[in-house]
Amino acid sequence: MLRNRGIAFKLILFFTLSSGLILLLIFGFNYRFSRLLFEKKMADDAENLVHAKVNRIESSLLAVQKVPDTLASLLENSPYRKEELLPLLRALVNNNPDIYGAAIAFEPSGVDGKSPPFAPYFFKQQGELKYADLGKASYRYDHWDWYQLPKEINHSAWSEPYYDDGGGNILMATYSVPFYRMSGSNRQFAGIVTADINLDWLQEVVSSIKVLETGYGFLISKNGTFLTHPLRELIMNETLFGIAEARNDARLREIGRKMIRGESGFVPFRSIVSQEPCWMYYMPVPANGWTLAVLFPQNEFTADIARLSRMIIILGIAGLLLLSIAVAFIARSITNPLAAMAQASKAIATGNLDVELPACASNDEVGKLAEAFRYMKESLKEYITQLTETTASKERIESELKIAHDIQVSILPKIFPPFPDRPEFDIYAVIEPAREVGGDFYDFFFIDDKNFCFVIGDVSGKGVPAALFMAVTKTLIKATAQRGIDPGEILTNVNRELSQGNDSCMFATIFCGMLNTETGALSFANGGHNSPLIVRRDKEPEFLAGTGGLVVGAMEDAAYATQTVPLEPDESLFLYTDGVTEAMDARGEFYSDERLNQQVAQHRGNPIRQIIEGIMENIASFSRGALQSDDITIMMIQFKKNEERTASGITDVRA
Amino acid sequence: MRKKVLLLSALLLWEASPLGAAMQKASFLPQWSPQAQFAGYYVAYEKGLYRKNGIDLTILQGGSNQPPHDYLEGRKADFVSAWLAAAIQKRSQGVKLVNIGQVVQRSALMLVAKKSSNIRTPRDMQGKKVGLWEGDFQIQPKAFFKKYNLRVNVIPQSFSVNLFLRGGVDVASAMWYNEYHTILNAGINPDELSTFFFHESGLNFPEDGIYTLETTFRQNPSLATAFVRASLEGWQYAFAHPDEALTIVLAYISRARIPANRMHQKWMLARMKDIISPPNRAAPPGVLQPSDYARVAHELRESGLINKIPDYHSFFVRWDSHAEK
Repeated sequence: MLRNRGIAFKLILFFTLSSGLILLLIFGFNYRFSRLLFEKKMADDAENLVHAKVNRIESSLLAVQKVPDTLASLLENSPYRKEELLPLLRALVNNNPDIYGAAIAFEPSGVDGKSPPFAPYFFKQQGELKYADLGKASYRYDHWDWYQLPKEINHSAWSEPYYDDGGGNILMATYSVPFYRMSGSNRQFAGIVTADINLDWLQEVVSSIKVLETGYGFLISKNGTFLTHPLRELIMNETLFGIAEARNDARLREIGRKMIRGESGFVPFRSIVSQEPCWMYYMPVPANGWTLAVLFPQNEFTADIARLSRMIIILGIAGLLLLSIAVAFIARSITNPLAAMAQASKAIATGNLDVELPACASNDEVGKLAEAFRYMKESLKEYITQLTETTASKERIESELKIAHDIQVSILPKIFPPFPDRPEFDIYAVIEPAREVGGDFYDFFFIDDKNFCFVIGDVSGKGVPAALFMAVTKTLIKATAQRGIDPGEILTNVNRELSQGNDSCMFATIFCGMLNTETGALSFANGGHNSPLIVRRDKEPEFLAGTGGLVVGAMEDAAYATQTVPLEPDESLFLYTDGVTEAMDARGEFYSDERLNQQVAQHRGNPIRQIIEGIMENIASFSRGALQSDDITIMMIQFKKNEERTASGITDVRA
Repeated sequence: MRKKVLLLSALLLWEASPLGAAMQKASFLPQWSPQAQFAGYYVAYEKGLYRKNGIDLTILQGGSNQPPHDYLEGRKADFVSAWLAAAIQKRSQGVKLVNIGQVVQRSALMLVAKKSSNIRTPRDMQGKKVGLWEGDFQIQPKAFFKKYNLRVNVIPQSFSVNLFLRGGVDVASAMWYNEYHTILNAGINPDELSTFFFHESGLNFPEDGIYTLETTFRQNPSLATAFVRASLEGWQYAFAHPDEALTIVLAYISRARIPANRMHQKWMLARMKDIISPPNRAAPPGVLQPSDYARVAHELRESGLINKIPDYHSFFVRWDSHAEK
């Protein structure tokens, strides 16, 4: 899929994705970090705000508490008559604006067990101070929370807030302090001193808390009951646990339990009014265990962050788009020339070197590539032109070499048997040039009716010069031999001729022999050529002794001696060039004189043509796998019996 | 639109009803201010079940100042809802009232204690402070203490559970459908509480029942049975449609200018279902079982609250059997 897409696509994909990822990481970090900062600041603000409000409530409550505390202490520690207490109680209520009402409720059974219920109570109603004896009516004050609680827990206590029965629909709370009398050594419960407070001021204190648009505060009692709340229907009618139950929110219930246990904290909370997520900071009022909570609407608080984040996201997306466009542009500037070059190279591949290459103005890598491409095209064009010329000239040389070869082959006698009417001897020769035109040569001809001259030679160097030198040498020998001189003189003359003006310093090794076809006497001279093998009828083949001499064409004044050796019928001379003994096998080992000698001995007795062919095969199998480095030439001449000569007459015995 | 259709069909029903012509006036007083404890009656009224049964009913507003027996004796109400134990006492005192439908079959009264005061079994209450309401609410607890041989320190309990919540008493009285939920919603978890249901201690006192005067019943038995039938249908409807029933109840509560707490009423309605048609009780609805009657009357006599047990058959009139006559 991706593999088949273009570079532009991959670049855009890669850059956009990686930049997007980086952007996202930075954004995420930034968002988280700024949120943390905001939240920390919000938490600090919350704590300060709630702390201030709690202190305010706490100080009011503590001020109220002092009155009954003092009165209870007075009742416990000094003798009194119940009637004397009324003016005191009246004055306390009258002089304390925070106190709505106060009572001294004596334990109905009393210290002596006989006292009737007595609970003088002064309270304010519509600005007027009123008196009531709570013991007189069917009120049964000893069954009320404000009385029972401190009595049972032996400790002063704030009651759960309640609505005043007196009709003002005033939310009140009562602070009750138990007092005791000593009866003998027993400290016996004697009654309760109370102070009521109107909680309307709490509404004011708490409702004055405004956080941003929708944040608000609320106060809950020790039972979790709402004492103040913007939603009035919740007040004194719902607890935080009821909210948790309605929301089926176990976590909120747990928060509520922490609140009524007097803990403080900063927790997430869904607003009861707006149902929006908020942070809630809550803190207990130490005096009575009520809890003040303030909600901080998260969305409003994080609105700035959200706005900032939105802008960052928009900028990021715009940046990514811009980046994509830029990448697309760059990619196009790379891929367009590349595509054009690919197109062009296809055309070049089909041989069209005149194709127009794309223009690339830039000096970057692509420009350099285009330049190199152009250079390559030009070079190719030039090279191919040269190659065409070279090929043409090579073809010409090859055809000339072919002609040279033909000429060379044509100047060597190659019809065997060459003299079918002369049965008194037999001659056979084979040449296998290493190149098209070789340096080896052989020749044979009759000087007169009975003297038969034969030559084998090897010209230094290879190829055309060697062939030409060879042709000259061969022609010279033949011309010289016609004068009827012996082989030594032939070579001496030929040497002189060749040495003169031999600027190219070429030379040849030549073995020149002459056979008297009647007697079998063989005279010969050797100009630095390999010694031939003489193959006797009753002996092993051996190299012809006493041969040697200088190579022909090297020194003008060299003289060559003629030697003689008689050949009996069916005895033969085996001549060869160094291409035979120096033929190499794949390991670089020479064919060698010994191997040649051995091979000739092995084939002894066969007709000479078979001997030569057998040895050629042997050499070929010996040097299989190795390159033939030199011309290979073998010639063999055999003297036949006189009777044969007589009997066969002019008939050719050779097939 | 839908409202109109409903109204129309109601009107058609009204016209079609054979009883429409013979609609009889009657009044009913619940023994307490409006709450889900009386959901069945309000629902029956609002869903037209009383009218369907030929009754033009007026539901009076109950409360602490409207004792049902006074209303019955003073003929200010034809039918009242009252506690069985209270009614037996009245009957024994000579008030000729009859039970025509025992709605609540299982006692909802219970004792509750915090596990943190180490109370897990009845025996753990020995010597502890126990908050008890006055009057008939003390019959079962006292029998309970006697049964387990407990000497406890009885503290008068007011209408609130604050004394219990703040540790003023170790054990408190509670109605399962009311105060128990109040305790839970003051932040105490159920697993932190030990509960003692009287119906689990062989002290099942069926509570709310429908009462009328013997004379009222004699004069018009079909009206009485129609009232019970319609009321029981109301309860069935309320249990089948709790949300609708709650809305109706809350409307009554707010009309009485009493703070309404929907979750609390929801709990109460669910518990009323538990005690009106207990899951493992095969008794037909509205029938006072002789065994239950005998148990309550016996405990009353043991407590010295009555001298003589009134005859079951003169006390209870089986509404369904009467209707067949």
